[in-house]
Amino acid sequence: MNGYNFAYLDEQTKRMIRRAILKAIAIPGHQVPFASREMPLPYGWGTGGIQVTASILGSHDVLKVIDQGADDTTNAVSIRRFFARTAGVRTTTRTEDATVIQTRHRIPETTLTARQILVYQVPQPEPLYRLEPSRAEGRRMHGLAEYGAMHVKLYEDIARYGQVAISYDYPVMVNHRYLTSPSPIPAFDNPKLHRMPALQLFGAGREKRIYAIPPYTDVRSLDFEDHPFRPHRAQAACALCGARGSYLDEVIIDDRGGRMFVCSDTDYCAGRRAAGHVGTEGAAA
Amino acid sequence: MMLAPDLPGFADPVADAQATFRAVLDAMARPGTIHAVAPGLDAPAPLDPATAALLLTLVDPDTPLWVEPALAPARDWIAFHCGALLVAVPEAASFLLATVLPPLDTLRRGSDEAPEEGASVILQLSALGEGTRFRLDGPGLAAPASFAAAGLGAGFVAAWHANRAGFPRGVDLLLGCDTRIAALPRSVAVDQI
Repeated sequence: MNGYNFAYLDEQTKRMIRRAILKAIAIPGHQVPFASREMPLPYGWGTGGIQVTASILGSHDVLKVIDQGADDTTNAVSIRRFFARTAGVRTTTRTEDATVIQTRHRIPETTLTARQILVYQVPQPEPLYRLEPSRAEGRRMHGLAEYGAMHVKLYEDIARYGQVAISYDYPVMVNHRYLTSPSPIPAFDNPKLHRMPALQLFGAGREKRIYAIPPYTDVRSLDFEDHPFRPHRAQAACALCGARGSYLDEVIIDDRGGRMFVCSDTDYCAGRRAAGHVGTEGAAA
Repeated sequence: MMLAPDLPGFADPVADAQATFRAVLDAMARPGTIHAVAPGLDAPAPLDPATAALLLTLVDPDTPLWVEPALAPARDWIAFHCGALLVAVPEAASFLLATVLPPLDTLRRGSDEAPEEGASVILQLSALGEGTRFRLDGPGLAAPASFAAAGLGAGFVAAWHANRAGFPRGVDLLLGCDTRIAALPRSVAVDQI
């Protein structure tokens, strides 16, 4: 694309972001500040993830972008087009074929490999935000690994509701040291964070933070011995492909209360249908 | 007065910096793994192409750089191509370029609240993949791995233990030899085999 550097960002910006990424990897789960740039998308549309992707992307990469698991929603389509235009990279919707996957709020169902990098779009990188509004105080709590407040929050949930009432953005401990936000992925996806072979990078554009989970790093969802962490999933099978192990979206299909559950990961669902799996509402592909 | 050095930097500054960074990214994410960089880079003596490529990729006017006196002949090249602020004392540097590892406890190690301010040392080694053998374990490694290098110095394991004891504060190492690189982030445990 004329008039722009490869992958939109200028080289000095990329170096700054690259240095932040390296420090983020060296200190797993720690939020590294960076000089987030204004992007040609508004904050909240994945500017942090886009800046991380722009800084790592090369001409040999194959990029996949998902929004809540889907390749065909507005955010995913526009980010994929953005990099197709500014970097000329190949794009794909197939999880297996991608070398870099930028995601908004899901981890693909297909197990990722060591040659892939997963880039998360993060709206709020600070897991203590709702408990401690002061950023200075939050930083001190991370410095001291003082996370009692979060355990009290979980305890209060259990005392009040009988269970931890967090269904997404469920806080995790990374490498036994840092309390970290996994971004608003469903708690269902949390177990996939643990010792994932792929490198995981997190970018928060508005909040100007980058953090990382290196491959094969211990990631534990916070819980108690007598209230172990349990990922939630709708008790149904995908209506299109019949999958019983994937994360499901509930879709309203008429104005008489009709609804169906379908895989949130569109590529996974399409792959299963192509392989001959059919759900109650699905037609053979 | 600074004269333009005879040797160029990257032939393709954008693509070569990206390729080098991806190698560094992988090296940092998987400690001790060795990656090829800088094919065809004409490095100024006494720098190896790998260390020169690391400088071109990561160092710029935002990063105060300390250069070991033995590597002073490369200073003009670094100043011209990286535009780095060259500092006189290691304590003031966010990046250090050396062939002998400076005492780690004299370098910037960040604070508990901002451990990312710890320094990065670009260390040019005499061998990578052979030499003294170490056992590595920590984030990025599926299982403990062995790693070999020559030039880390006799007291390295003890110095690294001290560096790691202060985690999350600490110093990270980027290792270069000839056209290959590896990295030891502060999170990795190192023991001699």
